[in-house]
Amino acid sequence: MSPSIMIIFGYLGLILILGVSSSFFGKKGDSSDYFKASNSIGPVLLLLTVFGTTMTAFALVGSSGEAFQRGIGVYGLMASWSGLIHSAVFFLIGIKLWAFGKKYNYNTQIQFFKARYESKALGYMLFPILVALVIPYLLIGVMAGGAFLAKTSDGMLTKASAGALICGVVLVYVFFGGIRGTTWANAMQTLVFIITGIIAFYMISDKLGGLQAASEAVLNSEHAGHLSREEHFKHSEFFSYFLIPLSVGMFPHLFQHWLTAKSAKSFKLSVGLHPICIMLVWVPCVLIGIWSVTQLASDTKTTLILPIMIKKLGSPYMAGILGAGILAAIMSSLDSQFMCVGTMFTNDFLFSIKDESNFTDKQKIWAGRIFIVLIVAVTWGLAQIAPPQVFRLAVWCFSGFAALFPIVFAALYWRRATKVGAMASLIVTAVMWCILFFRAANNGFSHETQLIMGVMPVTFMFLASAAAMLIGSLVSAPPTEETVGKFFPKKA
Amino acid sequence: MTPKARNVVFVGVLVLMVLHHDFWLWSDRTLVFGFLPSGLTWHAGYSLVAALFWYLVMKYAWPSEIEDFAEGKIDSLSEADKTTEDDK
Repeated sequence: MSPSIMIIFGYLGLILILGVSSSFFGKKGDSSDYFKASNSIGPVLLLLTVFGTTMTAFALVGSSGEAFQRGIGVYGLMASWSGLIHSAVFFLIGIKLWAFGKKYNYNTQIQFFKARYESKALGYMLFPILVALVIPYLLIGVMAGGAFLAKTSDGMLTKASAGALICGVVLVYVFFGGIRGTTWANAMQTLVFIITGIIAFYMISDKLGGLQAASEAVLNSEHAGHLSREEHFKHSEFFSYFLIPLSVGMFPHLFQHWLTAKSAKSFKLSVGLHPICIMLVWVPCVLIGIWSVTQLASDTKTTLILPIMIKKLGSPYMAGILGAGILAAIMSSLDSQFMCVGTMFTNDFLFSIKDESNFTDKQKIWAGRIFIVLIVAVTWGLAQIAPPQVFRLAVWCFSGFAALFPIVFAALYWRRATKVGAMASLIVTAVMWCILFFRAANNGFSHETQLIMGVMPVTFMFLASAAAMLIGSLVSAPPTEETVGKFFPKKA
Repeated sequence: MTPKARNVVFVGVLVLMVLHHDFWLWSDRTLVFGFLPSGLTWHAGYSLVAALFWYLVMKYAWPSEIEDFAEGKIDSLSEADKTTEDDK
């Protein structure tokens, strides 16, 4: 067994122990603890887990690959926009949702929307759409992790068995530890992938003759355009990307993490340090990506830039550490998504068929666990038959969630927002998403052809969704005074 | 959060959105400190400024009433309408 695979197996074992041992610190048999960690998560854990959840494998592998293809502009396109917009969403949306979740005891965002928009039907409409947008994410995680681990194991594991191993590790700690186990494991994994990125950066720059020599080599090459943006980005595209990070406001898995916060003050670190955490991961990876243009052939597969650079310039031990970092980034999103889909099936599907009062706390936990096992199994199965093009779905999932943002924003800040407006927004988003997605698919998902009038398709989805919310709400009867009083309380 | 604080946060976010679009560095290939492309330096600095901005928002515009509302200590989510248990 090579040193790199031994390090990776050791890391998986460590995560397993950490996640499972977290269950000993929770309240046994308490469903609120299983789904919300009894609102006990403090600022540091919340920062690490929220950051780890929002940064997928794309943060390490995708950022370097995109920078290899399009240069430094990738940072402004995704990282610096996310630093500003994510924190804004945590501050304006997350804290308020936490307060309503705690006061009215919600476990899922659908429960909140059903109450705020006075509509069970909206819940039935939202459920399949949210699940449909989360599932491709799960597939991407399992497929990317499986492919990476299989490649690293030098034939010891197939893609299918490597995917099963990753699913198995995540399943065990989510199964036993619930959201608490997920949070603990996430926090550890976030630290691992931040540190891994920095180590990889230091090591690669050293092998390339130092920071200055590595960058000057690009400047003096035919790829000097990678150091600026005029060759690879349109101004309108660069600006329109600010809508994509709004997606975090509608992520069901992030909603669940927000609910676990001990107090509103727990959000302070997440809001303040999130942009810096993004910078710590993205700047080194973007630099590695642009340095790679002088080292690798231009047709190198973008998702493999970082592993290839490590293999070319590093040692097997470094490859093992980087492998653990990539798996950490993948699993820190995967676990939250498994947990959240299991929670949604239990709370939004099972309890809509049979009232929650018919279940004991223990039965609720077991229902959640059974759903989680089923979802992990279904995801693994789908990953075996899904075409590789599924990776291109990532930005479309973000776009879908971002286009749904007006629903959550209006729910919290516009008392006149109604269920008709929310339903109209949902339907318009679904229809536009399908039309624009198939248009992009027909054009092969290339950067140039997916833009419409120079901007990202999400721009039109978002504007149409917001317009539908506005018009739908204004032409329908306002919410009842009881609902307005509940969500926009004023002093009597 | 008071209406004034809300407006300051809103204007701050708008200013940062404008500063994000560094068109003056669009085709600049200068390496700052000998290794960091100027556009990347701007945006790395931008991330730090965004963090500083949110730190100041936490310090001066923190919606303290939210905590009390979630705990059931007050009835309103508006700072101006804040009513504590002691006031009742």
